[in-house]
Amino acid sequence: MFRARRQAGGSSRLRSRDLADEALAGLLQRPGRSVLTMLGTVLGIGGFVAIVGLSQTANGQIGTAFSRLDATEVTVTDSAAAAAKTPTLDFPANADARAGRINGVVAAGVWWTVALKHGSVSARPPGTPSAGLRLTVTAATPDALAASGAALRSGVLFNRFHQDRAQNVAVVAAPAAAQLGLASLADQPAIFIGGQPFTVVGILSGNQRLPQLNLGVIVPERTALRIWGPPSHGNAAHMIIRTRLGAAPVVASQVPVALRPDDPAALTATTPVSGSSLQRTVTSSLNTLLLALAGIALIVGMIGIANTTLVAVLERKSEIGLRRALGARPVHISAQFLAESTALGLFGGLTGASLGVVTVLVVTVLHHWTAVLAPGLVLAAPAAGAVIGLLAGLYPGLRASAVEPAEALR
Amino acid sequence: MTARGQTAVTEAPAVIRLSGAACTYPGPPPVRALKPADLVIGRGEHVAITGPSGSGKSTLLNLVGLLDRPTAGTIEIDGQDVGGSPERRRAAVRALRIGFVFQSFHLLPHRTALENVMLAQVYTGLARRGRRAAALDALAQVGLSERTGSLPSALSGGERQRVAIARALLNRPSLLLCDEPTGNLDSATTAEISSVLEGLHRDGTTLLVITHNPAVAQRAQRRITIRDGYLTEPPGPQAAAPDGARHVQG
Repeated sequence: MFRARRQAGGSSRLRSRDLADEALAGLLQRPGRSVLTMLGTVLGIGGFVAIVGLSQTANGQIGTAFSRLDATEVTVTDSAAAAAKTPTLDFPANADARAGRINGVVAAGVWWTVALKHGSVSARPPGTPSAGLRLTVTAATPDALAASGAALRSGVLFNRFHQDRAQNVAVVAAPAAAQLGLASLADQPAIFIGGQPFTVVGILSGNQRLPQLNLGVIVPERTALRIWGPPSHGNAAHMIIRTRLGAAPVVASQVPVALRPDDPAALTATTPVSGSSLQRTVTSSLNTLLLALAGIALIVGMIGIANTTLVAVLERKSEIGLRRALGARPVHISAQFLAESTALGLFGGLTGASLGVVTVLVVTVLHHWTAVLAPGLVLAAPAAGAVIGLLAGLYPGLRASAVEPAEALR
Repeated sequence: MTARGQTAVTEAPAVIRLSGAACTYPGPPPVRALKPADLVIGRGEHVAITGPSGSGKSTLLNLVGLLDRPTAGTIEIDGQDVGGSPERRRAAVRALRIGFVFQSFHLLPHRTALENVMLAQVYTGLARRGRRAAALDALAQVGLSERTGSLPSALSGGERQRVAIARALLNRPSLLLCDEPTGNLDSATTAEISSVLEGLHRDGTTLLVITHNPAVAQRAQRRITIRDGYLTEPPGPQAAAPDGARHVQG
């Protein structure tokens, strides 16, 4: 065996299995130091996996919650009125009917917030010594209430009959009803809005799409127009449109022309921010910061590995000399230190990826979410750690290969 | 050994042949650590090199062991000129033809005696199969069959040096280079290690021993002195003609 190798005049060789064994043995010489050296990579890779995993999981939750509303709602704003200096209403009188004729529209109605010039909302007649409440008063068509998904706790919603006749009726949100002392509608109680009497016909329990309706009083649009006139500057009218699933973008593109063929630019139609856009908006800023921190941890980890490996080169000079005497070439010495630093990075990456996955799982279990983790990310994390270790070992490996054996053995 | 231009004394096939080999360290100032020297060591010889500190002993060993390169002359190992060969070739010669024994043992402290011995085959390119058995044989050869699993810290100085000798023997080298092999040992252990080396010589191993110790040098067949970079050897068979010395030309 020896004779054959000698006669072959071959060169010294380091088998890959021997390289792996030697690298592992080198790391296990000082296990405590190896573990501490890995910490930077563990934190960096763990941070990456946890941040990306939690981001994906949170995006999944946001997507689920928003996708339904996202696909079925359009808001039209009276943009010309918002720019005008005098009270203006650019929606036509039959706006609800016009919008309702668009294919895909389930319900559509105009609403705006009434700016009361005088007085407030009270359950007692004017002149009675009682403090009125500063409640939000909203003018809305019956179809606006339907489109908004208003739900009744008691009574009824005002309807087209009340609207067409501009009757003084009102629907009160449950919190406002409590403030006004309206416990029951059996006696057709009245409230006074800016001194005007209104019969309360219903109490709202909630509202899906227009949360501002959940705190105040809603009166028919025509009634508001009759008493207080068009929407004031700064309180431009809106139309809320509920559409069939997925029809919102098409409806949004058609509705300004349908409502104001003479001046479609007076109205601006928008769909709610999409789920994916919202996800990006919510998470991108935070993710950027956290990923930057994880990146810094990775760089620190790489510097830590490089520093430790360089110290090891200096400490193990006599070992390097011995290995050279036993037939190692400079490239073998470099390879060993590179293998050690790569192994440190790989083990750090494995540990970090595992901790990152555990973090994601713990958070999702605590929040009753469904964990979303890209398998590619989890598999790539240890590889990234190995690459970091490899890069960190380049300079120490070069230094090790330059050690003169005669000097190292002295 | 020969002086320059003179005939080698040895009749055996040469394991080492130095022809005008010299080594000068560039400095500054430049140091001529080894003056141009001719040296032939035949197969199976036991040669001791003695000399005071700084005389050039280690330089000579580093040149012969291919750990350093001569600045002049040639070095042949087993008939092949390797003094100026590429590192790839020199490393192969170190791995397969030369065994090293150092004064400070140079054992890896976290590895057992067996693992330290097996290390000698890591860079040979030889198959891993049989490595363990060969290492056990080498340890048995130096009388350490019972201590194969011990860490160096658990071994005595003599045992450590015997592990180092077993490591040097593992690849059955043409030449065993020993640099002060008993320098860190007491007199009893020195005698023990000297006996081990003598046993290896009897078995046919070629030994080149650098030593300060006259008792160790006395056991060698040939004794060469080095002083200020010059090699000196008494002429003829040393036991028969101890009265003269020939200086190598500088």
